[in-house]
Amino acid sequence: MKRKALSLAIAATLFAGNLLAAEPQHGGEAVVTYQNDVATLDPAIGYDWQNWSMIKSLFDRLMDYKPGTTELVPALAESYTVSDDGTEYTFVMKKGVKFHNGREMKAADVKYSLERTVNPKTQSPGAGFFSSIVGYEDVTGGKSETLAGVTTPDDYTVKIKLSQPNATFLHIMAINFASVVPKEAVEKWGADFGKHPVGSGAFELQEWKLGQQLVFKKNPNYYRSGVPYLDGIRFEIGQDPTVALLRLQKGEVDIAGDGVPPAQFLQFKNDPKQKGLVVTGDQLQTGYLTLKTTLPPFDNLKVRQAVNMAISKDRVVRLINGRAKPANQPLPPAMPGYDTGFKGYPYDVEGAKKLLAEAGFEKGFDTELYVMNTDPQPRIAQSIQQDLAKIGIRAQIKSLAQANVIAAGSEKDQAPMVWSGGMAWIADFPDPSNFYGPILGCEGAVSGGWNWALYCNKALDAEAKRADSMAKPEQQAERIALWSKVFTDVMADAPWVPIFNEQRFTVRSARMGGDDALYVDPVHVPVNYDYIGVK
Amino acid sequence: MFAFIARRVVYSILILLGVTLITYLLLFMLPADPARQIAGRSATPEIVANIRHQLGLDLPFYQQYFQYLKGLLHGDLGRSFIQRSQVSELIGARLVPSLQLMGLGIAFELLIGIGLGIVAALKRDSFIDRLLMAFSFVGVSSPQFIAAMLFLYFFAVRLDWFPMGGYGEFRHILLPALTLGILGSGWYSRMVRSSMIEVLHQDFIRTARAKGLSRMRVVFRHVLPNAIVPVIPMVGIDIGIFMGGLVVVESVFGWPGIGQLAWQAIQQVDIPVIVGVTTVSAVAIVLGNLLADLVIPLVDPRIDVKKH
Amino acid sequence: MSTLKTLLRRPSVAISLLFIVAVVLLAIFAPWAAPFDPSEQFIEGLSLEGAPLPPDATYRMGTDLLGRDLLSRLLYGARTSLFIGLLANGIAVLIGTLVGLTAGFVRGWLGSVLMRFTDLMMAFPALLLAIALAAIFQPSVWIVALVIAMVNWVQIARVIYSETVALAARDFVEVERTLGASRLRILFSHLLPHLLPTILVWATLGISTTVLLEATLSFLGVGVQPPTPSWGNIIFESQTYFTSAPWLVLFPGAAIVALSLAFNLVGDALRDALDPTLKGRS
Repeated sequence: MKRKALSLAIAATLFAGNLLAAEPQHGGEAVVTYQNDVATLDPAIGYDWQNWSMIKSLFDRLMDYKPGTTELVPALAESYTVSDDGTEYTFVMKKGVKFHNGREMKAADVKYSLERTVNPKTQSPGAGFFSSIVGYEDVTGGKSETLAGVTTPDDYTVKIKLSQPNATFLHIMAINFASVVPKEAVEKWGADFGKHPVGSGAFELQEWKLGQQLVFKKNPNYYRSGVPYLDGIRFEIGQDPTVALLRLQKGEVDIAGDGVPPAQFLQFKNDPKQKGLVVTGDQLQTGYLTLKTTLPPFDNLKVRQAVNMAISKDRVVRLINGRAKPANQPLPPAMPGYDTGFKGYPYDVEGAKKLLAEAGFEKGFDTELYVMNTDPQPRIAQSIQQDLAKIGIRAQIKSLAQANVIAAGSEKDQAPMVWSGGMAWIADFPDPSNFYGPILGCEGAVSGGWNWALYCNKALDAEAKRADSMAKPEQQAERIALWSKVFTDVMADAPWVPIFNEQRFTVRSARMGGDDALYVDPVHVPVNYDYIGVK
Repeated sequence: MFAFIARRVVYSILILLGVTLITYLLLFMLPADPARQIAGRSATPEIVANIRHQLGLDLPFYQQYFQYLKGLLHGDLGRSFIQRSQVSELIGARLVPSLQLMGLGIAFELLIGIGLGIVAALKRDSFIDRLLMAFSFVGVSSPQFIAAMLFLYFFAVRLDWFPMGGYGEFRHILLPALTLGILGSGWYSRMVRSSMIEVLHQDFIRTARAKGLSRMRVVFRHVLPNAIVPVIPMVGIDIGIFMGGLVVVESVFGWPGIGQLAWQAIQQVDIPVIVGVTTVSAVAIVLGNLLADLVIPLVDPRIDVKKH
Repeated sequence: MSTLKTLLRRPSVAISLLFIVAVVLLAIFAPWAAPFDPSEQFIEGLSLEGAPLPPDATYRMGTDLLGRDLLSRLLYGARTSLFIGLLANGIAVLIGTLVGLTAGFVRGWLGSVLMRFTDLMMAFPALLLAIALAAIFQPSVWIVALVIAMVNWVQIARVIYSETVALAARDFVEVERTLGASRLRILFSHLLPHLLPTILVWATLGISTTVLLEATLSFLGVGVQPPTPSWGNIIFESQTYFTSAPWLVLFPGAAIVALSLAFNLVGDALRDALDPTLKGRS
């Protein structure tokens, strides 16, 4: 929900990194730190920075990605076929995959797991991803407990019928919410399953001291041979990122899970002793300012365009010490469909003033800018505020707790502008469609939705729908081109000011080995625990 | 005596009920929707409404509150909206570290406070007295977050005397507990100083001195026990102040206590956790005051319980 | 007048008063005293990599993370911090006195309801209450002051209550009452004048508490809204940088401690001078 991420396929080693890392050894234990609590390890529920990758290592899904890349490969599935009309997927499962409790995984477990995620009683934040499966509405509406579209002809075959072709469906079968869980363990622990996770993944949970630490130990029966490399991982919770970094330099910590805090970034970057420890990767993330298109004066296109031209993105990027790149469209550069030729709105204060005057606001106007109250978000908001003041827009900053900003964001009469930082849209899977529906499409433009600009362009919605029904591999190029146009067309309406695309920085101790790409894995965020090891 | 205790206990329970009621009322007014946070960004409004209904968030205020009270009677504090686990479990896991920090923090407060108070009183109006009182004034006037950050910077980062954070070993607790202890000691040292001076002037002390008892003996056997009485209710009140300090100190030092839990819960509007933490803190405060009320008559013969 | 003279004879009090006066003057005349606009984000106020600048000839206390002049922000911040401190404390003293006096003098059901409510508020973890209130009402300068007052009146009410009860039992009040003096007359001509020293002491000591609470709320991000500077939110904005840019914490930190210390010292001396029986009690 808040900070989950996917990042670029191949990590660029910004600071003279070691591209030819030594093959990691088997054995050993790694220490990873996080500041915030791990909320839950229930794969149907977990949706934050800390638990995303942990859940990936505890559970498996039918599909997965090649380590360190965004290339889809079958995982629990041995193979899969898609019907010609793109509405029926048949997965043949691997045999002999065992849950941590020793029982063999069967097709019925896959069906059960999907139904559990969709069932409203589970209260899963990921239920919506499965809306294209036949029978979804019956389950969410409480009419049925089972998904009519999911059938198991035999113990190792799962057939999934979709109500319409969905080009992203294989990605969806690879997200955490599609993890396979054993029914008996879920029923045994009930609502506490998230504290006693039983999966089939490379690691199993050994110990969890709430608010202090979690210990994972290697799953000796893991179905992929040779994985994982580490015998165990200890996650220490409640560690301030600054403190974690200092401890890492002392050798007490192997991976600082929260990355390099802004304050230490320059010191780290400019210290020759440290820079080999940092791995840099792009992130499928965009930080943007929403303009409430239904609320005067932002219902006026010229005003929105003026705001787009008034903000100095370079300055914002400098404020966060260059840890991002200025953006001009909703999609991040690493996402398929990003339009490299698109120039967006120029930074042009005079032009912005002119547009504002044409819109009838020569003297500017008063408005509000909502922002989450953790550093650096209020600072970024103040920089935007100063830029807007130069064209006469007097924005008052509302710096509030995350929950309050989210609550105000979608209200018709509140939050005329929201800076998305800290709650920014980070892709769930590497496909442009994930950047549209809830945050720019009409379906999200409701009270309680995530389309905070309340932007709704029916024509573009139709185009988006058309793109997502192009499920055949040979249509892929056409589909991506269509998506590309949708997003640049969005910018003509200027519901957002795209500000920057953040980069990711993972720090690991000198003793850790494995390909750099694993430390900025695009899917296993922040780190792919299964494939890293000690040197 | 028994009736007195019984009355105090019943009263304390009423106070706690009042605290939960007010907390619940305040949170009811919060402009945030927990159901939406739970439902996530891919949820349709129907899913959100469904979750809201399951959590009972669509009920009128008094019904939600009665539901909560009903649970409370069975020792059930509800489930966290965000973490999905029992609030009692979450608080339970973090209570021990907080109690450790609070215990050692108060111990440091008393140790430093009483120690400095004694010295200052004995050396009254000397340079040392002035210095110690200046120290206690600065302590009382410093916000915890500034002191915590400075201590962390100098003693952990610069001098490397203490670890910079973490939990588990004794060395981890020292710096946060000392921060709380040094800042809070000012109240005690000033109080002990003035009550010592007051006692030192009383007749029985002069008599004892005149009898030829040694100065140290008089101070520790006669003066101190009398001078320390006002400190006891102070400790009770202090627990409340400490609860606030924990939020700040725990977040600076990364201490896994209920202060951090409270801060996270407030950020996420995790209502069951906020109510739970407030209730537990209020219990601690009320217990502290209750104990102080009960202990004073035992140590101070001048107070007659029946008068209360 | 004589008390004032005795007070001023203590160097610590004289210095404290001088400091308070200086801060008040600087706050009032901030537009003239400040070298720059406190909200102006200077392009050259940040290094090319976006780091704040240490103190130099132009920015005498360095710049903050947005390239603003720290000295100017501190001077304007004094306005916010003092304003909230005084306002919040004023409201707290007013409520506390009203509640304590009513409860102590009127007694009866109203008095007991008021004191029960005071007990209830005492049981609240003050900081948690303040944070929750600030989150509900979405902080502005006024709201922050009100929130702090809501938390701080309780202790004052307790003190005034017990003093009032003690005073009401004293002979001269009894005499007045038997002579048929009206309640209001007793209240205004006898109780209030006797309570005045206590109120005055708390009015001074309390400022220290409110200044600290404002700073703490701002430090936790629920205080005064940016870009309005307050001493607390200057530190909040730069807290993670305190190892690489210590001036951003040291200067405002010293200012907070000094102001709070000054009010504490004056209040304490005032207490000693006005009421010897109160001496040393907190």
